[in-house]
Amino acid sequence: MSIKFRLNGAERDIEADPEMPLLWALRDLLGLTGTKYGCGHALCGACTVHLDGDAVRSCVVPMRRVNGRSVTTIEGLSADGNHPLQKAWVDLSVPQCGFCQAGQIMTAAALLARIPHPNDAEIDRSMAGNLCRCGTYQRIRAAIKKAAGTVED
Amino acid sequence: MPPLVITRRSFLRTFNLAAGGLALGYFPVEAWAQKRNGRNGNGEGLRPNLFVHVAPDGRVTLACHRSEMGQGVRSTIPALLADELGADMAKVTIVQGDGDKRYGDQNTDGSSSIRSHFEEIRRAAATARTMLIAAAARRWKVSEASCEVRDHYVFHRPSRRKLGFGEIANDAGKLPVPNPDEVRIRPNGELRRVFKPLPNVDAPAISTGAAVFGADVRLPGMLIAVIARPPVVGGAIRRYDASRALAVPGVKKVLELPRPTAPYAFQPWGGLAVLADTTWAAIRGRAALDITWDDGPNASYDSEVFRVALSSAVAYPGAAVRNVGDVDAALAKAARVVEAEYHVPHLAHVPMEPPVAMARFDGGKCEVWAPTQDPQGAAKEVARVLGIDEGAALVHVTLLGGAFGRKSKADFVSEAARLAKAAGAPVRVQWTREDDLRHDYYNTVNTQRLTAALDATGRVVAWRQRTAFPPIASVFSGARQPGAGELQQGILDLPLDVPNVRAEACAADAHVRIGWLRSVYNTFHAFATNSFMDEIAHARGADPREVMLELYGPPRAASLSELGIKQLRNYGAKLEDHPVDVGRLRGVIERVTAMAKWNERAKNGRALGLAAHRSFLSYVAVVASAKRKPDGGVAIDEVWLAADAGTVVNPERARAQMEGAAIFGISHALYGGVTFKRGVSQQSNFHEYRLVRIGDSPARIHVELLPSALRPGGIGEPGVPPVAPAVGNAIFALTGKRFRQIPMRLERVV
Repeated sequence: MSIKFRLNGAERDIEADPEMPLLWALRDLLGLTGTKYGCGHALCGACTVHLDGDAVRSCVVPMRRVNGRSVTTIEGLSADGNHPLQKAWVDLSVPQCGFCQAGQIMTAAALLARIPHPNDAEIDRSMAGNLCRCGTYQRIRAAIKKAAGTVED
Repeated sequence: MPPLVITRRSFLRTFNLAAGGLALGYFPVEAWAQKRNGRNGNGEGLRPNLFVHVAPDGRVTLACHRSEMGQGVRSTIPALLADELGADMAKVTIVQGDGDKRYGDQNTDGSSSIRSHFEEIRRAAATARTMLIAAAARRWKVSEASCEVRDHYVFHRPSRRKLGFGEIANDAGKLPVPNPDEVRIRPNGELRRVFKPLPNVDAPAISTGAAVFGADVRLPGMLIAVIARPPVVGGAIRRYDASRALAVPGVKKVLELPRPTAPYAFQPWGGLAVLADTTWAAIRGRAALDITWDDGPNASYDSEVFRVALSSAVAYPGAAVRNVGDVDAALAKAARVVEAEYHVPHLAHVPMEPPVAMARFDGGKCEVWAPTQDPQGAAKEVARVLGIDEGAALVHVTLLGGAFGRKSKADFVSEAARLAKAAGAPVRVQWTREDDLRHDYYNTVNTQRLTAALDATGRVVAWRQRTAFPPIASVFSGARQPGAGELQQGILDLPLDVPNVRAEACAADAHVRIGWLRSVYNTFHAFATNSFMDEIAHARGADPREVMLELYGPPRAASLSELGIKQLRNYGAKLEDHPVDVGRLRGVIERVTAMAKWNERAKNGRALGLAAHRSFLSYVAVVASAKRKPDGGVAIDEVWLAADAGTVVNPERARAQMEGAAIFGISHALYGGVTFKRGVSQQSNFHEYRLVRIGDSPARIHVELLPSALRPGGIGEPGVPPVAPAVGNAIFALTGKRFRQIPMRLERVV
């Protein structure tokens, strides 16, 4: 079916299986490969994007639910990598392998939009759905606080 | 709308990104024909080897020939090359080396990138520097000894003249290439960039989603394959009906893959591949397949039953692999005997990026793009399955979305190659997470029985350690007896100041594919040894730290005769270069206990546990803190690691590896374990194979790298082994509950 939606600020109209998860439409139909496949069941968060501003796991969002809505992916988070979270991720050298980090950043961006200065408990609660096998959690917490302008004790 | 495809030219343009003046390329831009002619680049300028190219415009291209999987090797090797060369990093382009024997060893495993190649990497750059100096000296008609290289210039010291790299690149390129073993390498003190924190070169591309991992490579006309593999290793298709799969829109082909024959080595599992124009169609197509399997010879594997067999094995003597004194006599007259059995189940790699590979087969040649740790090994496998010359298989290495040993096996790469040939189109094989957990090369399963004889004063006078596990060699030869390469990891190299020591290895059959997973055998040997030392201390009512130091004894290099062995593999290093150095082991124990305030180890509802281990030629000690949560449960809230890894080229990434090792080890300790029933993994995705999440990761991880001028040791693996036993020892100190197996299941602690 024809699905119309906003993608990173631009209107799109694509033919897609209405049951196809947004993840695969982004990667295979639209060529946006920053959003990653890690589990297919909303268990790891590697595929996190924003749907109308909320962090969602795109591997379980069928395209029919995207119709008429607005999607932001890591490619659309900022014009040139200058979102405070992206800058903090680089400054604190958060990534190791990097595969989960687009999803981490997208979840964190939705968190900061809702809670501009989250504490540790709020960070842990919001980021609970994003796995990192390399174990970068300590730096993720620090980078979120740095992006939020929160002074570390 | 048809799938968007990127042509090769625009692909290269898109992904050769510039980041802060530092150009990064994932794929060398030379054409296949040039590659095969042994030429790289445009043939101009200076290219004494594959590592370094100095162009006539002064631009320097440096290759990272080892795979980036999160350890920071792309931030480390090119910086080391640039420093040795005397290049300005702002004028350097980093490319990822293809699989090519001219690089030497590229198999990125064993924490070996720096520890085994520190000098040879520098010699590659020093060769280029020597040639630049020779060319400048000729032009100036001065001695080479009066010239030096820094900041992208050759300087003539007496006259203060200088020549830029670009001005002499062509001259230098015409000179004979000196023997790299004979060129001067700079003393460490002359290197300006390394041994200090280095920029993480891939972080900008990663944080904008532009970094290229295995599944991000796209070719015109490609198909995506998802494979239904036999649920049990060695199984095969009995019959199948693909008609419903072929009816799924987007599905183009269903192809049968050949059944592997034992020993399985790196052969794919076989099965039925569904090829489609999107990943979603391929996944749906696979779900619509109707297959009846013949489960084959491993269908009776039950890990609970196997655990009983391993426990029985260590109840009796195994092959003595290490012997000092007379353990039996000492046990017979012991004032007290402490004995315990430990079990660590199969563990899975679960890199965040499941295995994936792209292949294009064209007129007898196969080109592959894959997140592989071992591009030369992958090329060999591709050539083998296609029946082509090894030289006709070219493997490009993408970023690896985690690997931990899984991606050193080429099974997923040769699947793509075989399907590309059969389908007559480029094919990407995409593994799902379920595929990854069901068809891993699991870390082996282990049971150990440790027995200590204590004299009347509590001193340990005999130590007996029996270990039983199916060895990795089973995958290649069907072997069932652990060998020297396996026992070097924590059994043969354990220094003990105990007069009677015997280690025994017991045979065990493999019923799944076994492979190396970050730290490998060290993970379970360190778990048992460190847990047991803690048990001895508590049995004596003594401080675990003091007992550990007493057991390791005074600072010394433990000799082969002291260890009671004839030889030690020692991770491929000479014992005189990398002795089993008890002083260094004591050093990290003393440092980490100072960092963690060990003397205040039990107060305010928290308690500390200690463990230490030598592996991959480095020494790491860990203290973990276990704390009561308000709900009565237990959390690991703080971890300290002290590491002595000798000379560290990139201390920033080394610290990151230690931070990650803490999380990796806690995941093992609390949640690790793949179990099998009827030969099938009972864990299929992250709800069943749990990993530490941010909320159960420690609030603070502290890392210290001990300053050292000694030869480099490993970085990626040595942090992991001491973590799980430190966690177990901390939980015991807090709760009195001793976990002698992984996973520890904290929810059962009351």
